[in-house]
Amino acid sequence: MVNSLEVDRLAYAYPDGTQALYGVDLAIAKGERVALLGPNGAGKTTLVMHLNGILAAGHGTVRVAGTPVGKSTLKEIRQRVGLVFQDPDDQLFMPTVRDDVAFGPANMGIRGEELERRVRNALDLVGMAEAIDRPPHHLSFGQRRRIAVATVLVMEPEILVLDEPSSNLDPAARRELAEIIRSLDVTVLMVTHDLPYALELCERSLILSDGVIAADGPTRELLADETLLRNNRLELPYGFAIPAPN
Amino acid sequence: MGAGHHQLYRPGDSAVHLLPPQCKLLAVLTFAIVVVATPKEAFWAFGLYALLLAAVAGAAAIKPAFVLRRMVIEVPFVLFAVAIPIIGMGERTEVLGLSLSVAGLWAAWNILAKATLGVIASILLAATTEPRLILLGAERLRLPSTLVQIAMFMLRYLDVIVEEMRRMRVARESRGFVARDIRQVPVIARSAGALFIRSYERGERVHLAMLSRGYTGSMPVTRDLRASGAQWALALSLPVLALTVLGASW
Amino acid sequence: MHVPDGFFDVAVSVSTGAVAAAGVAVCLRGAKRELDDRTAPMAGLVAAFIFAVQMLNFPVTGGTSGHLLGGALAAILVGPYTAVLCMATVLLVQGFFFADGGLTALGVNITLMGIVTVLVGWGVFRLIAARSRRSIVIAAFLGALVSVPVSALSFTLLFWIGGTAPIEIGTVAMAMGGVHVLIGLGEGLITAVTVSTVLATRPDLVYGARGLTRRLVLRDADGVAIEVAPEESAPVRSSRPFLVGGVGVTLILAGIVSFFASSSPDGLESVGAEKGFLDQATAHPLGSWALSDYGAVGGIPVGIAGVIGVGITLLVAGSIGYAARRSAAVKTEVGA
Repeated sequence: MVNSLEVDRLAYAYPDGTQALYGVDLAIAKGERVALLGPNGAGKTTLVMHLNGILAAGHGTVRVAGTPVGKSTLKEIRQRVGLVFQDPDDQLFMPTVRDDVAFGPANMGIRGEELERRVRNALDLVGMAEAIDRPPHHLSFGQRRRIAVATVLVMEPEILVLDEPSSNLDPAARRELAEIIRSLDVTVLMVTHDLPYALELCERSLILSDGVIAADGPTRELLADETLLRNNRLELPYGFAIPAPN
Repeated sequence: MGAGHHQLYRPGDSAVHLLPPQCKLLAVLTFAIVVVATPKEAFWAFGLYALLLAAVAGAAAIKPAFVLRRMVIEVPFVLFAVAIPIIGMGERTEVLGLSLSVAGLWAAWNILAKATLGVIASILLAATTEPRLILLGAERLRLPSTLVQIAMFMLRYLDVIVEEMRRMRVARESRGFVARDIRQVPVIARSAGALFIRSYERGERVHLAMLSRGYTGSMPVTRDLRASGAQWALALSLPVLALTVLGASW
Repeated sequence: MHVPDGFFDVAVSVSTGAVAAAGVAVCLRGAKRELDDRTAPMAGLVAAFIFAVQMLNFPVTGGTSGHLLGGALAAILVGPYTAVLCMATVLLVQGFFFADGGLTALGVNITLMGIVTVLVGWGVFRLIAARSRRSIVIAAFLGALVSVPVSALSFTLLFWIGGTAPIEIGTVAMAMGGVHVLIGLGEGLITAVTVSTVLATRPDLVYGARGLTRRLVLRDADGVAIEVAPEESAPVRSSRPFLVGGVGVTLILAGIVSFFASSSPDGLESVGAEKGFLDQATAHPLGSWALSDYGAVGGIPVGIAGVIGVGITLLVAGSIGYAARRSAAVKTEVGA
């Protein structure tokens, strides 16, 4: 089966000259849930922005379900890669929730009954069906985060890429989101600082450090390696012990 | 200028609220034109216009106190209008011991009457119509769709940007900054620079979010805003009645 | 400040409405060419920014404070076409959503605060700015500084043509001009520092500074250097069509519109003629000079006088700009 995501020797520098990625290699198979860990400034968000062509690689390639990311394939890639930003306000730019969730499929030409069905479906998946006619800024942060996920799920993507999904969520919202992610049938790449969250949801983790992949393996093993964590400015939360495998 | 900018919309389900936005928009615009075209000598005409607006306010269940509070925005021009008879030219007359210009008094009345009626009509429109519907109504009246989209994004992110600006101000003041005179301006301007970068970058991210969901340059139309003849008739009754008053006043 | 309904007569309201509509239409096409499908979200966010910074008030003297207009700032940051769209959107929203500014006065407000400020601000900026950061900041200051009193004087011009209040035009001009030069100083200062701040962090975001970015060299994990071709940004479009168009519009305004008003004597004169004190009017210091009295003396028709007036304004602003640019260029040759 074709890998959902393949990144090959990706290198990139910002407009002001600072280099962020020095040759990143990774592959994610269909159906996997993978966490992307690393200290601040490692280049995680920068890497993620290459996955749907927001940033054009200075050097190297990115392939989504076999299709290379490039100027001519952007439209297709963007339907296949569902990117959920850290700030839901960036993604909820329409006057109502319905308008926001409908935006994607409407652009693909879907109208009427079919559109309504898809919108309700996506909102059901994230448990936000009752908010359908409300303006986004009347909702809580956690609710907006879930709607943002819905706006992307409605496109039926190949891979769901989440940037810090649990940040700024209260414990209940955090749990609700985890349940939603677990229930989805889609490949997931999750950029996160939240090590317990990564352990809970992702069997495999990558550590990005200084613009290269420093480690790639089962989450459980990575998190048990204290030296590895320390070298990459990662730490398990106070009092957290890795639970025994069930 | 910044003080009066609070949302004017008051949710409700009166007949006025339920009218399609393009009807109300056209009605208010034509009404304003009729008012401005009325000769200033016809006091009675302006009285009738005010009654018409009062009827609309009544139908929409908008309290007079609400309208009066929002009319604060007019204050700078009221002050200016009051000054006109004092500094105006031409024949002068005595009023309560003050020498005032006759032409100036007429001009002040003219401006005050027309400006006030215009403001009230605007307030009633904004109070009974959701902002995004006003925009959609404008689009149906052939305002270029790009302009409408720009306005839509502006409205969506206005609160976000203003909130960011407020946070910067709080941060400045928490560190003891007080804007005393023009020398403190550069500090404020540096915040403005940071705010611009944030706003611009957010604009880029919004655009990318749009592209990520298949945006190709035109917004998909998913709302049906057709207006029936009866709805048009109801909305346009305001300017049509005003027009008859105008006709009688010429 | 936003002009309310009833302040200007029908001729001025309608003609400025036409000017505003035409200006916005032209800028819609121009902005689309530059921003393509990014036009709506980018201009929308920048419009929100402009709306927000217009709330900034700065102390002018003692108790008075002035507000930022933002036209010149917008033009320098995002280019004149997008700037006009942003300013027009802000004014439309203020008019329809906040009852700030008369609906029949939208033409006047958009023309004065949206088009004139952008036109003058950008024009003066372009005259002065050279390729160094310092000259860009100086040019930003001067562009914004000039834009405010010119906008105020344009208001005065419109007021003379069709204002409904019988106030002596000289009084209006002095009151408007004086205060607005001070406000212009504040606007210039804020604009210059804002542009400078943005230049320091994201020079690629300053439209007026295009051409300042350097080439990028990447290093991969093995230390091999790879040079990256610069992104093809939108081509730097010549501002000449914009400036020519803008000057053209101003001349049309001055020339043709003034003919609407010139046929009947203005409020003062008509009252004066009626009451018989017209001959008592004392001569203005510049009285016998060809242009004073807006065209009666010296045989120059009002319309031509208006055109000449605009021309002189542009010449003066242009000369100041040219001189400043020359000195800025010398500075960059010598120093940083």
